[in-house]
Order: sequence, then structure tokens, then C-alpha cells
Amino acid sequence: MNTSTSTFVRTEMLPQQAPPITESGAVKWLRENLFSSVLNTILTILGIAAVAYLVIHIAPWLSRSVWNANSLSECRQIIAERYGEGVTGACWAVIRERWPQYLFGFYPSHLYWRPVLAFVLLCVAVAPVLFDKLPRKMLWFSLIYPAVGFWLLWGGSVWVPVMALAGFAIGYAAAKIVKPIAGTILATIAAVLAPVLWWLFLAGPAAEALQSILPIALQSVRSREFGGFVLAFTIGFTGIAFSLPLGVMLALGRQSDMFIVNKLSVGFIEFIRGVPLITLLFTASLLLNYFLPPGTDFDIILRVIIMVVLFAAAYIAEVVRGGLAALPRGQYEAADALGLDYWKAQRLIIMPQALKISIPGIVSTFIGLFKDTTLVVFVGLLDPLKGITDAVRASTDWKGIYWEPYIFVGTIFFVFCFAMSRYSMYLEGKLKTDHR
Amino acid sequence: MNKSVFLGTLAATTLLAGAALAQGTSTLETVKARGELNCGVNTGLVGFAAPDASGAWQGFDVALCKAVAGAIFGDASKVVYIPTTSSDRFEQLTSGKIDFLIRNTTWTFSRDTDLKMDFVGVNYYDGQGFMVRTDLGVSSAKELNGATICIQTGTTTELNLADYFKANNMTYTAVPIETNAEGEQQYLAGACDAYTTDASGLAATRAAFADPENHVILPEIISKEPLGPAVRHGDSAWGDVIRWTMNALIAAEEFGITSANIDELATSSQNPEVQRLLGTSDNLGAMIGLDPEWAKNAIKAGGNYGEIFAATIGESTPIGLARGLNAQWTQGGLLYTPPFR
Amino acid sequence: MAVVTEEPKAGFRLGMLIYDTRYRSITIQIVVLFLVMLGAAWLIDNLLRNLAALGRGIDFGFLWNRAGYDINQTLVEYSNDSSHARATLVGLLNTLLIAFLGCIAATILGVIAGVLRLSNNWVIARLMTVYVEIFRNIPLLLWILMIYTVFTEALPAPNAFRGENPAASMVLFDTVAFTNRYTAIPWLVFDRSLGWLQLGPIWLNLDLTAIIVALVGGFLINRAILKRATRIQEATGLRPTTWWQSLLALFGPIIVLKFVLGTHFDYPSLQGFNFTGGLQVSNSLVALWLALTLYTAAFIAEIVRAGINAISRGQSEAAFALGLRPGRTMNLIILPQAMRVIIPPLISQYLNLTKNSSLAIAVGYMDLRGTLGGITLNQTGRGLEAMLLLMLIYLIISLTISGAMNVYNQSVKLKER
Repeated sequence: MNTSTSTFVRTEMLPQQAPPITESGAVKWLRENLFSSVLNTILTILGIAAVAYLVIHIAPWLSRSVWNANSLSECRQIIAERYGEGVTGACWAVIRERWPQYLFGFYPSHLYWRPVLAFVLLCVAVAPVLFDKLPRKMLWFSLIYPAVGFWLLWGGSVWVPVMALAGFAIGYAAAKIVKPIAGTILATIAAVLAPVLWWLFLAGPAAEALQSILPIALQSVRSREFGGFVLAFTIGFTGIAFSLPLGVMLALGRQSDMFIVNKLSVGFIEFIRGVPLITLLFTASLLLNYFLPPGTDFDIILRVIIMVVLFAAAYIAEVVRGGLAALPRGQYEAADALGLDYWKAQRLIIMPQALKISIPGIVSTFIGLFKDTTLVVFVGLLDPLKGITDAVRASTDWKGIYWEPYIFVGTIFFVFCFAMSRYSMYLEGKLKTDHR
Repeated sequence: MNKSVFLGTLAATTLLAGAALAQGTSTLETVKARGELNCGVNTGLVGFAAPDASGAWQGFDVALCKAVAGAIFGDASKVVYIPTTSSDRFEQLTSGKIDFLIRNTTWTFSRDTDLKMDFVGVNYYDGQGFMVRTDLGVSSAKELNGATICIQTGTTTELNLADYFKANNMTYTAVPIETNAEGEQQYLAGACDAYTTDASGLAATRAAFADPENHVILPEIISKEPLGPAVRHGDSAWGDVIRWTMNALIAAEEFGITSANIDELATSSQNPEVQRLLGTSDNLGAMIGLDPEWAKNAIKAGGNYGEIFAATIGESTPIGLARGLNAQWTQGGLLYTPPFR
Repeated sequence: MAVVTEEPKAGFRLGMLIYDTRYRSITIQIVVLFLVMLGAAWLIDNLLRNLAALGRGIDFGFLWNRAGYDINQTLVEYSNDSSHARATLVGLLNTLLIAFLGCIAATILGVIAGVLRLSNNWVIARLMTVYVEIFRNIPLLLWILMIYTVFTEALPAPNAFRGENPAASMVLFDTVAFTNRYTAIPWLVFDRSLGWLQLGPIWLNLDLTAIIVALVGGFLINRAILKRATRIQEATGLRPTTWWQSLLALFGPIIVLKFVLGTHFDYPSLQGFNFTGGLQVSNSLVALWLALTLYTAAFIAEIVRAGINAISRGQSEAAFALGLRPGRTMNLIILPQAMRVIIPPLISQYLNLTKNSSLAIAVGYMDLRGTLGGITLNQTGRGLEAMLLLMLIYLIISLTISGAMNVYNQSVKLKER
């Protein structure tokens, strides 16, 4: 073989040639992604110009930040000294000085640990709901968390939330006792009726009696002292926690064959969805008292929460209804064929699928609810966006400051809402069982 | 199950917020039973009622709340301040969320009659004025034809403004704003030529500016604005408590009773009216269902009317209001209390 | 209680009301109805007792009293001598105006943003993602306040236009002035105005009516012409030339109207404190409109994107195989199909925008909430009546919008046979 050498036969491979410059690396990427057509080129240039414009106008302002000052005029003076006369800069000192108000409103300052602890425990309580890798036992804590959080935030006697929780135990016990005697349905009725009677008539005196025997109490804090993000989170998370079950019930009501239940649900949902939240909040703050027995006075935050819950529930009902409608008829028929009763079919077959389909809609309703907590300012509560900012600006020191508080509050809202929407995408991906 | 959760929370919190009170008891009884006074104040008007950086309420209106709490409980700190907006203040009062309203509220015919409130007196005689920038070169409200004017909604001021411009055959554009803070922002940015509200409010606002010398309050006062506390219609006993607490503060100034010399005068004064006022003779307190020392406690809460005025809105404060109409009748003002007898 | 409504049958036992599925649903319904009525009765009883205790009743008579306040933007004639009902109407029209402008702008911007977000242009797609995420995750109130603050703080006061060397000057050949109160633009006025026509309580602006009639009429005629052309084309295969007929139908009536009414532009000029003449578009309107548009468009962009993604890839591949360019593929193949997915959530966004316009109060735009639910409520103290009326009006608006859009939705729905 070696001997028969020919001059014209190549024995070694040629090295591979580099592709044309327009078909590889950065140039290819640029050509395909930015300059594939005339229109695309124009759009790219416009886009880059817009970004450049924003950066040129905002970056210098941001770069000249002042963190230590006691008033806006002092802040401006520092900027003038440091960067020369006539330039503007961001004065974050207002956040540095007033952050307790932004976070806690007028919550007594020696009690700040309570909302902080409540928030930390909230994270613990929510974690097992969000991530199914955590031990299931933690869900028990999630169940009692509403009472714990309530007690930490508002204070007062520990027996009030304990007695409220006891209602559930009583309901469970009632069901257990009645079931062998009178059957499932009466047991269900007993499980609902017993706690209601307990809460309405016995829980109060019982809490008082226990308090006098074993006084454990935290200093109580009034709703009027709530403000800032403590208020936003209190309303937001309570609203989220209660609106989901109520919304699912309403959706079932709307899908129900029972004429009266169906019409009542439809009427309720359409009414709530037809009016702005702000009018509902006004109703809560101004008019609710007309509809309660004379002399009743209950807490403004609770009234607002009730309205927010009803509002969000109507939206969730529509989202869940969409999920229910999207299920193939066969799923219902299969459940019937298996001989499952209505509730079993809902619990085991319909709801898991319907809720899965509805996740994006439900989460965006929650995000909307959380954002809408800023509207409570219109009924005189100190929301972080306008209520607290106006209070800060009312002081002589910080009169005339606009952008910094808006940016600060906006950023915090963004972080939480964005996190929620990312979580919903993660959940959607995880629960996706169809293979497309 | 879910419904019961809802009801449970409702019931629990109702309990916490104070159980329902039987109908028909007077507000005084209710307040005494509750141990606290719910006082409806402004959401934030420096000098009259505004929370300071630590959240403690300060101001001229707030001082009356303290005096009433002093008169009822002998302890001026037993007040819950409930900020009310101009839109919800009357509902707050009629629905019973506040015991009385002291929020720069003008005493008018329709409010007194149609809205079922009782104004029990006047604690500040005010009038609506205008503030403009000095460089606008305006020296009279009559020159404001065609101007853009910032105005707080929900007050008597917008009606006065409409009437005033109509009477003078002038036009204007109203920029309605919700709170004083927004009004200041708009006005300072030049989005309106003039800012109108009660003259006292203008003075308070101007005082808080970085450059008060560049703003001037025009001489025209276009309305009568008697500001005073209001209570629900039909509860005269409670109205008496507020009215006479306020009168006690005014009378105290007239008789020279101050928070400094009150203890001394209570034992040593020979003036029979001072004795009656301070409860050393004739138990007047019993007649309105209070302690004999009710007026003494009220005055001790923040001093007499003059002391309160000087400490909150007087000339030595940044707000710098002169007494003007709010001087004692002996000094040429309008403060004139009926006798304590 | 339910027993009496049931006909006694052989072997009927009380227990069957609960245990027999034939009767259970009726039992449940009756119990629910009973509970709801009990609740309603309780609420109404409380209301009546509370009103009696306060010594007042529900009375809408206040609506006919003199309002006494001025409104800065009125689409119909209004002065402080008008009634509260009139002020309510002014507010309602302002609400409808902002909702209408907002819905149109948000739809346009939302569709563009949604389509661009799917574009293979890296920069644009990323920019649109950032836009959508930022606007969706920050409260609307913040956007309204911020945009309004930009207007008040960044633009000059009318005063700045004064003097020999003004700090600010008008743009577009001295015809448009951007100030921190309003934007003053030239406006069409009629030399021979037709005036107003009173129909009961409603005043009709005849000029505006004439313009609308001319526009709508022209549009309808144009449609008839095109339909006829299509019919001829289908019958004969030849399409008659229609462009000049269309032009005439669309613009003819308006041009005739212009000469009949005699129009000229009224230019704004600085007089006294403010610009006079022309039209002054208040910043509160523009700021609110911008904020509502940008906010809602971010949601619409997501809806459009989801709608386009819902169309199977085969459709666009088929279109490409037919030789359609990407633009035409989008317009002719993808969007018409995606519309069916897009429209129902789009309706809810329109409703949301309309309801969110009630935040106008934050920038002093006098909408329904600002007049009826704001000043009228405060001046008359009739909180209960004003709020009930306010809710009722919003409810009617919402139901009307969703009703109209549902009709449209039915018409574009895929007709399965």
C-alpha cells in the first residue's frame, strides 16, 4: 500500500473549514435575532434607543444616591456638595429614616417583633403547602397558623384564638358522636351547626373564664395602628387563604343543577364582579354598619378583609368554573359510573383536575388581590403606597419627595407578585401530566 | 365548613372589638363602660390633628379630645384617635364608630338638621381664604379670574368657591384633590395658581413649606367657617358633656385658670364661679353625670383654651395663627361662654 | 317546612327528604333559599331599625337639589346651578370616556406587545417581557400616581410660557402647549353651529350628532358598496372598481358637512393665568388614560400571547408551506383563529379597566366616583343612597359591556357543524 504512492491522491483529511462568518457565532446570532429583516432592524434600533434613553436619564440620578440625611433639604445639599450644583440625585435617606413606618405603620415600636415573628411563622406555615417535598406533618401547623398569626398581630388574650380553634375540634367531635347514631348526613349537619353555636354563644364566655383562671395575654394592638406592609400582608394573605375555598364553593354553586343554588351563585358572582372594589370597600367602611344590629361595631380591617375575600372569591369562582367547564364530560360520567357520590366525585376526580387547569388564573387573581390591598387607603387605612407616603410627606422634613417612596414600595410589590407568578409557572410545569 | 370558618372569625373578632351594646343607652354611658373615648379627627393637618413621627396625635382638635377624656375619666390618655376623611366623617359619626367628631368641620344648617348631627359649639372661628405665590403678583382674590384653583373635595370650600366666583362674575378651573398632602404637591408644582381652604389650614400648610416667604395668603376671607365638635342628633346628655367641657376650657382662660395654677386656685380661689367650675362648691359635675372635678381634669389635660391655642397653632408655633376672632370676648374676640351656674 | 310542598305518596317517609336523592336536591334548595331569605330579612330589618334610630329614611330626592359645585371637565352642559343628577351624568360620561379611550388604546398596545413578545427579535422580545412583567406585578394605583407626578413635576406651568424669553414654548408651529395642568391643542369650531336640541332632560349637541351620522352613514354606504362588489365578483368573476366610490362614501359626507357648518381651527393662546381657546385636555385625563392603558395592555399582551400559542404549530407551518410571509401568516391565519381564544378574557380586561377607572379620584379626574360617590355624597351626606346608586350604575355598565361582547363572541365563535 505504502509503495503505490500517487502524487494526485490525498491521503490525509483536510482540516474542516470555518463556516462563513455570517453563519456562525455572534454574527449569525445577531443576523438571525436582530437584523433578519428591515422591520426587525428598525425595531431593534428603536428598542435599543428606548433602553438607552431610559438608562441615560435614570442611571445618573440613581448613581447619585444619598443614604444618610435627616431631611430632603439636607439631602439636596449633600448632593450639591458631592456632585456639584444643579444636579439631581436619589434621596434614599427617606426610606432609611422611615422604613419602620413603611413596614409596620404605627404599630407600637417595642412590639415590632410580633409582626416579624408572624411573618416568619407564615413562611413556615405556607412552605408545606407550596412544596410537597416537605414533611406532611407540617400541615398541622399551617392549619393552626391563622389563630397564631391573629394572636401575634392583634394580641389580647390567648384564649380567644384558642377557643375559636376549639370550635373546629367541637365540630369534629360532634360529627364523630352523631355519625354512629344518626348517619352521615346528620353528622355533617351537626359538624357545621355545633361549632357555629359554640362560636356564637359559648366561645366568648369560655375565653373570658379561662382568661380569668389562667391569664396569658399579649398587649393588644388596635387595627388603626396597623399600616404599611404589615397591613398589606395581613389583608393580602387572609384574603388569599379564605377566598380560595369560598371561590370553589361559588364555582360549584354556579355549575350546580339546583336552580336556586345556581341562580344565587350567579347573582352573587355577577354582582361582585360588576362593581369596582373601591365601592365595596366604601360599603365596608361606611355602610356595613347600617346592615348590622344597632350598636355593633367590628373591626375595620376585618370589614375590609371580608370585602376583599368576597371580591376575590367571585373572580376565583369564574376561574374555577372555566377549569370545570374545560374538563371533558367523560370525567363526570366516569365518576358517576364508579358510583361515587357528588362530593366524592368532586374531591377525587373533578376538583384535582379542574384546579390544576385553573392554577394560572387563580394565582393571577391572588396577585391582583395583593396589589389591590393598596386601595384600602381610600377608606382611611394606612397602606404602604399612598397612606404611609402621604404621612411621610406631611412632615416638614420630607415634603416634596416623590420618586423614592414610589420606587421602594413598587419594588417590594414587584418582588412578591413576581415570585407568586413564577411559583405558579413552576407548579404548572410540575403538575403537567399530558405529553405534548 | 368554609362558611363556619368565616362566621367564627367574625364572631371572635366581634367579641374582641367589644360586644354589641344594648340600644338606647346614652353615649356617655357607652363611653364610660368602654373606658375609652373614640375621637374622630383629621387624617393629618399639622396643628389641628396629625400624628407625629412616633404616631402620637398632636394638635388643637386633639387637645379637645384629651380634655373630654380628662373630664370623663380623669385621664387624658384614654382616647382612641380615629382618622376620618372628608368623605367618611359623617357616616363614621352617625354609625357610631366615633363618639364625637372634631375635624375642622364647619357648622352649617344642613349638616345640623338634615344630616342628623348636633354641633355643640365652636372651637375655632375660621373662614375660607386663598394662598398664591408671591411672584404671581396677585394681591386680591378678585384678580383670580381665569385661574386654576386647587381645592379639597368633600368640604364646604368648593361650594363657597363656586358661590364666590359666581357672585364676582369670574371663572375658574377647579383641581379637585383628596388630601392636603396632594394639594400641596399640586400647588408647589404650579399645577394650580391658588390653593384654597380654611385660612387656618392655609397658614398651617404655608408654615410647613421650605420657603414660606414666597407664598402669600390673600386678604379676602370669602366665607364664615365656624369649626366645632359635632355629636349624634338626639343625644343631648352627651352633647352637654362636650359643649361644657369646651366651655370650661374657654371659661378657664377668662378666669385666668391655667394648668400651672389650677391646683392652687382650686383650694384658694375666692371667686364663686371659679369654685363652681373647679368643683370645690356646687357639684356641677353631677348634673352632667361626671365627677365633681371634671372641669379641673379637663383643663389639666392640656391647659385652658389660650394655652392649647398657643401650644398648637399660636404665634409661637410654626403655624403662627393670631387669635383674631378666637380671642376672648373681653379681648374683642367671639369667645363667650355662658355662665357656670 | 318543606313537607307541605311535597305531595304525600305511598311509602313516603320524612327521612326520604334527606336520604332519597330524588328529594334531596329539593330539600337542600329550600333550606338554602330559606337561609338566604332569613339573612336578607335580617339585614333589611337591621337597616330599617338603624335608619329609624337615626331618624332618616332612604330618599333619593337629593338628586334634584342644586349641586353647587363646579366640575373641571364636562362633556355636557353643566354649571354649579345644575342638579346632583346632572353632576352624576357628567361623572358617568367622564367614566365612559376614559373607559372607551382606555379600552381602545389598551387593545392596540396589548396586541402589539403580545405579538412582539413572540417575535424572534431578541431585543424586542426581551423588552416586551420586561414591560409586561413590570406592569403586571406593580399596583395600578402606583402607576397612576407616578405618571401623574411625571406630568405635574416635569412639564412647565402655564406661567413659564409668559414673557419675552419664556422658559417654555409651544410646539408644532406654536399651536400646542404642554403644561403641567393640561395640554392645549387647536380645536375645530363651527361658524354656523347647529346648536343644541333639548329632548326631555337630555341636551343633544347637533354638531356632534351630525358628524357621527355622517361618519357612520359613510361607513355603512361603503360597506354596501363593497358587498355589492363582492356579489358581482362571485357572480361574474370580475370585481368592479370601487375605490373612488369608497372614498366618496367615506369622506364625502364629512366634507359636505364641513362646508355646511363652516369650520376653522381655534388656537390656544396664553391669557391671564391659563391658555384660552382651543381644547384643553387635562393632565388628569391623560395620566389616568396612560396608566390604565399601559397597565391593562400588559394583561392583554399576555392574553394575546396565550391565544397565539394556543394555535397549533401546524397552522403556521401550513401557511409557510403555502408561501405566505410571516406578517400575512399572522394576519390571515393565526390571529383570526386566536381571536376565539382571546376574546373571552379580553372582555374581562375591558371590564377591569372600566372598574379600575374609579381610581380616577387619586388624580382628581371627576368620574362617577368623583361626582356622585365623592362631592355629591359629601355635600348631601346621603352615603347609603349615593353608594347604592353608584354600585347600580357600575353594575349596569359592566353587564352592558359583557353582554355586548358576548354577542360579538357568539358571532365569531367557531361554528361546528
